[in-house]
Amino acid sequence: MSRKILEVNNLTKIHGRGCPLCLESTGPEADTNICPHCGSVVAAHGVSFDLYQGEILGIIGESGSGKSTVVKTLYFDDAPSAGEAVFFDEDAQYDLYSLNAAQQRSLRNKRFGMVYQNPHLGLNFNVSAGGNIAERLLMSDVAHYGAIRERARSLLVRTEVLENRMDENPKKFSGGMQQRVQIAKALATRPPLLFLDEVTTGLDLSVQAAILDLILEIQHELDTAMIVVTHDLGVVRLLAGRTLVMKYGRVIETGLTDQILEDPQHAYTQRLVASAL
Amino acid sequence: MDDIILCVEGYAKQFYLHSRQRLIPSAAQVNLTVRAGQLTALIGPTGAGKSSILKGIYRTYLPSAGRLLYTNAQGHTLDLALAGEHHILELRRREIGFVTQFLHCLPRQPALDVVAEPLLTRGVTREAARQQAAGLLERLAVPQRLWGVPPATFSGGEKQRINLARGLIARPRLLLLDEPTASLDAATTEHVITLIQEMKQDGVGMIAIFHHPALVERLADTVVALSPPAMTVTDELIEHIA
Repeated sequence: MSRKILEVNNLTKIHGRGCPLCLESTGPEADTNICPHCGSVVAAHGVSFDLYQGEILGIIGESGSGKSTVVKTLYFDDAPSAGEAVFFDEDAQYDLYSLNAAQQRSLRNKRFGMVYQNPHLGLNFNVSAGGNIAERLLMSDVAHYGAIRERARSLLVRTEVLENRMDENPKKFSGGMQQRVQIAKALATRPPLLFLDEVTTGLDLSVQAAILDLILEIQHELDTAMIVVTHDLGVVRLLAGRTLVMKYGRVIETGLTDQILEDPQHAYTQRLVASAL
Repeated sequence: MDDIILCVEGYAKQFYLHSRQRLIPSAAQVNLTVRAGQLTALIGPTGAGKSSILKGIYRTYLPSAGRLLYTNAQGHTLDLALAGEHHILELRRREIGFVTQFLHCLPRQPALDVVAEPLLTRGVTREAARQQAAGLLERLAVPQRLWGVPPATFSGGEKQRINLARGLIARPRLLLLDEPTASLDAATTEHVITLIQEMKQDGVGMIAIFHHPALVERLADTVVALSPPAMTVTDELIEHIA
């Protein structure tokens, strides 16, 4: 069996000052993620899971379920309020939230990759597509100009961005093409762990399909572990071996993806599956 | 005795539908064994829970009761009803295959790659995997002009043969077959029978649901007759929950 790459325990994120009643007053039973006593938002609470090398884990749920919060805290975009996460690299392990800022930045630049729904979060629109990839390579200590340019070129070719548009600003690209540049950028350092946050949402169906195919091919070729956040059951069906279902900041159900889709246990998951097209 | 690879004791499956607050029985009190190189056939009317058993073994369904004791290639026995998800995924990759009634595969992939896929996940090179896939498709009389096309547009019988080829290619230790010949003509069915017989000789243990009694007669070493789960039991359970 392949090795464990990530272990997340009781991850919690509360926006606001929080109060002693926050946790008991929110969640699926309370039917809200906003604490009625202090107005804080319990974006995620008690999220625990593990992830193995080369595995794709799906997180599904509607807006406000906390699914994006999970990957944002793991990618250090956001600091959690409580909980821990351990990343097992090839020869070392890191307790993510006890690292200092420089150490966190280093993991983020070299060992993790992120693809956002909104390309503006993942790409620098002041430089070219190739420049975006070069930025990431420079941050991970590749400094030779020729080497960087060659790597950027091969990554863009791999993600099917036309080579001759490498020096263009991604502002001018279509949505699907921007996602491809984001994926190329995320992959630049060959990270063992990739986060994908609603990467196909809002794209044309045919473009969605091509992006999903690309993600699967990459997972096959590089054995990258991925966490795929989506509200689309079709995406987890296609990509993920296991799936977490979230609602109002809590994980309400977890299982093999085919089991979640064919034999959902929780009332909410049953409704979700029954309402899928 | 040591050639038993799966022993199911008291398997039961019910679904609880939250929206209707109802318990739907699917299978009850199922006992069976599968031996290496032998085929156990499930027979019984629609609703007797035949597919439910296969899905329980594959863990597409979470069993409601019973033990599903599987002995793996290393000789360790584990209960599939309780095994961790990573364990199940590993078994699906290496040891347990499932030919479902309908083909579920990645869209946009040519038939040849769909069939070759289980070999790739076991580390066979793409070239060698494709070659084996081609050999199998030829034996199942899938016309060569279809090999490079995604199966989405194929006829029922063509899809079924792709599904079968994909299930057989990696020679799993335990193979679950859900009506693998339902939409095949007589000649193709004969090819499938020959392939299943070869798998048996290779030591593959199988549980199968067949459409035709004649196939059960020709291929099964053991027959398990199922009847739909008794309603009286269910009524009690409903009261219990309510």
